[in-house]
Amino acid sequence: MSNWNIPTDLHYTKTDEWIKVDGQEALIGITDYAQDQLSDIVFVELPEVGTSYSANQSLGVVESVKAAADIHLPASGEIVATNNDLADTPEILNQDPYEGGWIVRVKLADPSEVDSLMDASAYTAYCDERG
Amino acid sequence: MTEPLIYDLGSPGRAGIKMPDPDVPLADLPADLARDDLDLPEVSEVDVVRHYTRLSILNHSIDKGFYPLGSCTMKYNPRLNEDMARLPGLAAVHPYQDPETAQGALELMYETQEWLKEIGGFAGVSLQPSAGAQGEFTGILIMRAYHRDRGDTRRTRILIPDSAHGTNPASTTMSGLEVIEIPSDARGNVDLESLRAHCDDTVVGLMITNPNTLGLFEDQIVPIIELVHNCGGLVYGDGANLNALMGIVRPGDLGFDVMHYNLHKTFSTPHGGGGPGSGPVGVAEHLAPYLPGPLVDIVEGAESEGEMPRYQLVMPARSIGRMKAFYGNFGVIVRAYTYMMVNGSDGLRRVSEMAVLNANYLRARLRNTYHVPYDRVNMHEFVIEGRFADAPGIHALDISKRLMDYGMHPPTNYFPLIVHEALMIEPTETESKESLDAFCNAMVSIAREAREQPELLRDAPHSTPVGRLDEVRAARQLSLCCRPIANPD
Amino acid sequence: MSYIPHTADDIQAMLETIGLADVEELFTAIPEAFRFPTLDLPEGLSQMETSQAIEYLSEANLPAGKMITFLGAGAYNHYSPAVVNQVLLRGEFLTAYTPYQPEISQGTLQAIFEYQSMICALTAMEVANASHYDGATALAEAVILALNAARDDRKKVVLSGVIHPEYREVVRTYTQGMGLTIEGDEPASADLNTFIDAIDDQTALAAIQYPNFFGQIDDIARFIQAAHAHGALACIVADPIALGLLKPPGAMGADIVVGEGQGLGIPMSFGGPYLGFFATRQKYVRKMAGRLVGETTDAQGQTGYVLTLSTREQHIRREKATSNICTNQGLMALAAAVYLSVMGKHGLRKVAELCYHKSHYAADVIDRLDGYNIDRHKPFFKEFVVQCPRPVAEINRYLLETYGIIGGYDLESPYPDRKNQMLIAVTEMNTREEIDLLAQALNEVEQ
Ligand SMILES: Cc1ncc(COP(=O)(O)O)c(C=O)c1O
Repeated sequence: MSNWNIPTDLHYTKTDEWIKVDGQEALIGITDYAQDQLSDIVFVELPEVGTSYSANQSLGVVESVKAAADIHLPASGEIVATNNDLADTPEILNQDPYEGGWIVRVKLADPSEVDSLMDASAYTAYCDERG
Repeated sequence: MTEPLIYDLGSPGRAGIKMPDPDVPLADLPADLARDDLDLPEVSEVDVVRHYTRLSILNHSIDKGFYPLGSCTMKYNPRLNEDMARLPGLAAVHPYQDPETAQGALELMYETQEWLKEIGGFAGVSLQPSAGAQGEFTGILIMRAYHRDRGDTRRTRILIPDSAHGTNPASTTMSGLEVIEIPSDARGNVDLESLRAHCDDTVVGLMITNPNTLGLFEDQIVPIIELVHNCGGLVYGDGANLNALMGIVRPGDLGFDVMHYNLHKTFSTPHGGGGPGSGPVGVAEHLAPYLPGPLVDIVEGAESEGEMPRYQLVMPARSIGRMKAFYGNFGVIVRAYTYMMVNGSDGLRRVSEMAVLNANYLRARLRNTYHVPYDRVNMHEFVIEGRFADAPGIHALDISKRLMDYGMHPPTNYFPLIVHEALMIEPTETESKESLDAFCNAMVSIAREAREQPELLRDAPHSTPVGRLDEVRAARQLSLCCRPIANPD
Repeated sequence: MSYIPHTADDIQAMLETIGLADVEELFTAIPEAFRFPTLDLPEGLSQMETSQAIEYLSEANLPAGKMITFLGAGAYNHYSPAVVNQVLLRGEFLTAYTPYQPEISQGTLQAIFEYQSMICALTAMEVANASHYDGATALAEAVILALNAARDDRKKVVLSGVIHPEYREVVRTYTQGMGLTIEGDEPASADLNTFIDAIDDQTALAAIQYPNFFGQIDDIARFIQAAHAHGALACIVADPIALGLLKPPGAMGADIVVGEGQGLGIPMSFGGPYLGFFATRQKYVRKMAGRLVGETTDAQGQTGYVLTLSTREQHIRREKATSNICTNQGLMALAAAVYLSVMGKHGLRKVAELCYHKSHYAADVIDRLDGYNIDRHKPFFKEFVVQCPRPVAEINRYLLETYGIIGGYDLESPYPDRKNQMLIAVTEMNTREEIDLLAQALNEVEQ
């Protein structure tokens, strides 16, 4: 039994990001597991809108008091929006990682890249494995 | 118990000092060059003395009590060292004075170089680096320069065990090189197979701490060094743990090519609440030309019958450059030199023996109360786990905070990263058996409290000037300066 | 044994607890062939003998105080109020480690917080860190900050040739593996325009010294504007004593202000330990190296101080840290905080004014001597360049042997075209009589 909230309609990466595809665009954030491991998040470094990244590239950093983790892009694309609420209230990532805590919106280069990511059940198993 | 900020003391117009009026005609200062306001405190001398005295009382320190902070070698700081560093003939010498007017300072540096060479088994020593981390950076730049000088530019990687201190990988990045992490084996040593797999012609060198950060001597150190040398790499020793080795074994004899010393650990210079330190670097013969300079050398030929040698500053032939302005943290070097002189060769060996004895005694006394993940004879420090199967929710941090209520400084927390809930304990040789026993008794009673009254630990400390501080708030609502600064943008 | 408390009985009892027969058995992990080498070092001395031996060494030096000194060039004979040393001698500050455990380190933490605030006030910058090794390494860290902050991969740094030569060397040492180019200082020109012209759209950071290495006060506002016009960060290497009097770089838009804090109550001590200060804008705080102390509260709502933004640092971020620095110059930062408190708003200004007036008096009297000329085409603060009639080394030998004066710095070795040029420093410690004696001696050398 997993202790973490892992919505079924998202895809997941090995580095604990989620992606929610909506046509050519997608929202990206970090998972409940990731925020739990980091504990109180104090800062999020966001990329500039208009920058393109390839899949797995680091686009920013999430920081707690004791740790810092890179945010990787699950699939290649261009940043079309960033969640500016995170600048002043990074704790949204702890409270609401999947809705209010989205980090960037990207225009996907190739939406089919998402198919190779984990679904909710695979990701649940992956989290349980790590404890 | 808190103390107001110095800015909140005093009163407009008050001054802490009397300065003389100019004894020369006044010169014009163009008005557009001068600042209008200078936002500094306006306090009297007694305000300053009381404020900083009251602040000082809020600190724990070696002078106050036991300080078993692993990897930091918090030994007693002899007071003679302080007097020596403050002798006007040393403290008031300008670094650019004609060397003929600073022969005493140069001789002291020369002698320190010689002592450190002999203790470490190296051919050359530079006193330039200001702390351990800068010593590492220096050593890596030296290794890089050595390979490049031989046209060996493919080498871009530094191998670092996963038990290493964070400064090792950080120093590597600053040198423009890549970090390859080597896992530890079940005994807490470097995993030889993994090391072998990474030893190829892209390796600049291995950076290794020995004894390692678990306090264990790498018993395969000779084959490890051989492996690295056989692939053309060099071996760097993080000398943070030299307090276990003086007169016991010389890293240079084992085949280390370069190592830094921490004068602010092994050689008893005070840590000052975060420095200054001094991190001299020792090298084997083939790396001596790359040392940062200037170094102190004897002037050839100037020494005639019965005459004193003359000392001079020299830059090694293929030096990586200067690591800092001037020659090193001289005042710290004076303290270390004083310490070495008092100890002498036998004394230094005794220091290491007693440091290792003390640490093993603590381990022997604590091993039935705390889990010791690598439970064998250790060197000057060892690591226990700060958690109990039957006291869920108690972390190493809680044990640390509770120790403060017993008047002691906690061990190092959460380092090395390879041990869960690590508590790294380094007593040093200057602690008596009574002080070690008091610590063991405190640790045993905390272990009991963890089961019987866990809230005592979770809410600890109870007796300190402030309680646990809100670090999340500090990071989210950054307040790093108490003065309003107008932003010109 | 001097600092070791163990009696033979203690050792025996401890060995029994461990289960070993003698101390040597603790070391069996060490390869036998290398175990217990004989160190070819002298026997230990008593404290008394050690003290005598080191005092003897110290007497072979000619320190300021015994001598009249006009030597500066990055290390200065300023006055340190007695309080500074007395506070540093408090064991609670002296013998504590870095404040990792805030509940029992509030003294150190609050003192650093005050130091940070005073550096901000002095430089008119928004944030300052807890210190660097010295002014030179603070400049090197400024360069690294700029490289990391530049969004567009800029790899060029422009250093003015009138930055302390050793600081420029240290920047080159630090950055030798980083693949950047350093321009602007070869050949080293004191001309502001030449330096500004070297700044271009590839420049991540440009830096100048204020007052510059020759003691002159450049138009740094113009430099800062020029750097910003190219999207480069503008860094000022400042003398904190001069900032008691001169306009602060922050008010003119500087992005980073670094410098050597030795003048703030710290002895010259043959080159160290000194104090690198580092201040910048709030927006760069996460790219900054070094420790930072921030204010917060405990569970009872009491104000307290902690090390903060540690995720920038090596113990958390390891190879991705902003710097490798760990131990810094904590006690020296405390010295500066105490110094700036005792001097205060009025005292520091007074120190700076004394330096200004006395150095100008010295320049005037030397300028009047036959054969000597002062470069006065820019305003200066406490140092100035004298064109001498003879090699500086020769003049200095005469000053020393005849009058016990330590003369100025010989500019020729770092600046080969500056033959017979001496950099003279005059601080609040120099009296009018000393200055007159210097002039008299210089006049004699000429004849
Ligand atoms: C194992 C180890 N390496 C390196 C360092 C860094 O030394 P310094 O703080 O003198 O820069 C430390 C400091 O605690 C250490 O424990």
